[in-house]
Amino acid sequence: MLTFDHVFKRYAEAGDVLVDVSFHLNKGEMAFLTGHSGAGKSTLLKLVAAIEQCSRGQLLVDGQNICRMNERQIPFLRRKLGLIFQDYKLLFDRSVFDNVALPLVVSGVRHYEIARRVRAALDKVGLLGKEHKFPLALSGGEQQRIGIARAVVNKPALILADEPTGNLDPELSAEIMHLFEQFKQVGVTVLVATHDIDLITRLQYTQPGHKRLQLEQGRLISHSL
Amino acid sequence: MKSVRKNKKIIPKKLKPLKSTKVKRGVNSAFIMQFHLHRDALISSLTRLLRTPFTSAMAIAVMAIAITLAGSFYVLVNNGQQLVNSLQTGKQISLFLHEQVSDQQAKKFAQRLQSNKQIADVVLISKQQALAEFQQYSGFGMALNALATNPLPAVIQVFPEESLVDAQQLTALLEQMQRAQQVDLAQMDMDWVVRLQSMMQIVNRVLLLLSVLLALAVAFVTGNTIRLELQARRDEVIVNKLVGATNHFIFLPFLYSGFWFGFISGLLAWGLILLMLLMINTPVEQLSLLYQSHFELHFMSFIESLLLLSAASVQGILGALAVAYYQLREFKPE
Repeated sequence: MLTFDHVFKRYAEAGDVLVDVSFHLNKGEMAFLTGHSGAGKSTLLKLVAAIEQCSRGQLLVDGQNICRMNERQIPFLRRKLGLIFQDYKLLFDRSVFDNVALPLVVSGVRHYEIARRVRAALDKVGLLGKEHKFPLALSGGEQQRIGIARAVVNKPALILADEPTGNLDPELSAEIMHLFEQFKQVGVTVLVATHDIDLITRLQYTQPGHKRLQLEQGRLISHSL
Repeated sequence: MKSVRKNKKIIPKKLKPLKSTKVKRGVNSAFIMQFHLHRDALISSLTRLLRTPFTSAMAIAVMAIAITLAGSFYVLVNNGQQLVNSLQTGKQISLFLHEQVSDQQAKKFAQRLQSNKQIADVVLISKQQALAEFQQYSGFGMALNALATNPLPAVIQVFPEESLVDAQQLTALLEQMQRAQQVDLAQMDMDWVVRLQSMMQIVNRVLLLLSVLLALAVAFVTGNTIRLELQARRDEVIVNKLVGATNHFIFLPFLYSGFWFGFISGLLAWGLILLMLLMINTPVEQLSLLYQSHFELHFMSFIESLLLLSAASVQGILGALAVAYYQLREFKPE
């Protein structure tokens, strides 16, 4: 589903941010990307979402190399991904429903279809019944669930989450991770970048079998189960 | 290296499935999707415009004034041209006869002229008639009464044949008249018409140039308004891009904003021009009567109005497009 093949990322100002990164995630696999801030976690995710372009190597998403991707094809790649952010990136002047519907509207899904799928997504994250509220009227944990519902409403094959629990307390964080676990079980590939080692350790204890990718100064130093 | 090269060759083939999602739906539903997209953009852009009435009104007012100026230049030129043309068809030669030529002799001379093939019509204004006319219109009637003899010469107005349009032929006729011994001065009233015509041409050019500048101003004002709106909605644009919106999808509502700005300003300008024409119509009619002219103010025709509206709309869209091209690329998710 996701393959990094000797991927490098170099910025003119900052130098090498990712050095010779290679790993592979199968369909339905869940992996944690760990490392200190500045280790290159966010950059790695940005490469997958085509927010940044890799300098060398190959990056395959669903068999498609996105390292040298045509600008016009980027939107179509992103429709296959579910992106989740630490700061949620919600539109605060729109209702929960409209926020979650955005990926569907953008890809031209019909209105009646949108309503059905948005409700299904909200149901999955436990926010059904709150679709007419505005994000600011909800708690931080609930806001992140809106973000997750938006990420999964398009039924993506790959979910990328960048510090999804960075602003949440341990209990809410565990709930969010549990949600990811559920997506994994229905065959979605999940890649979560986090520096919260405790959270992963606890999760590994209850739900073993997740891959852990550890980055240090742009290099992948461990690649283990 | 080898494996990289191999894979590079594979890439183009593997890229295809992405686009195939569109093909799968069929041409018909792709068309329907575009239709929905455009309809939504048309409506959402209008509601957005109405949501910030003050900002929108300011921009529209500026644009409407610019379009009104350009439009009234056009109307002005149009009417001026019509006026000049009507003068031109009234080309005539005035023959001022020598003072000693009596009314009787003048009448004979006029009859002789009438038989000339190049002349369509001849009108004699005898000394008496000239005096009466002068007294009536000039306001110097009393002064004339004080004179012992009538100082005014008889005048023969010669209307050349319609077919005589060439300036050279007219000049030849003029010279021929001048040679007649009864004639003191032969004068063609064409000279000033020709001069006016060339002056009109200069005015035409200047006004055309100004209109082009004003049209550009309309595009710039729209572009700037839309740029500000884009800036204000930067976050929204970025989130849209992150969830897979194409530039086309993101920019369509802004293009329609441009259209609405142009269209509404055009409509307003059309109304303003009409109002102006109505306001000057009566004075123009009065003036025209004073000159015994049948000149009538030319209003904008249906086609011209339609052209004004579409030109304004196109300018709005062009302004929005220019902004799209430069601004939208800058908005990249971080």
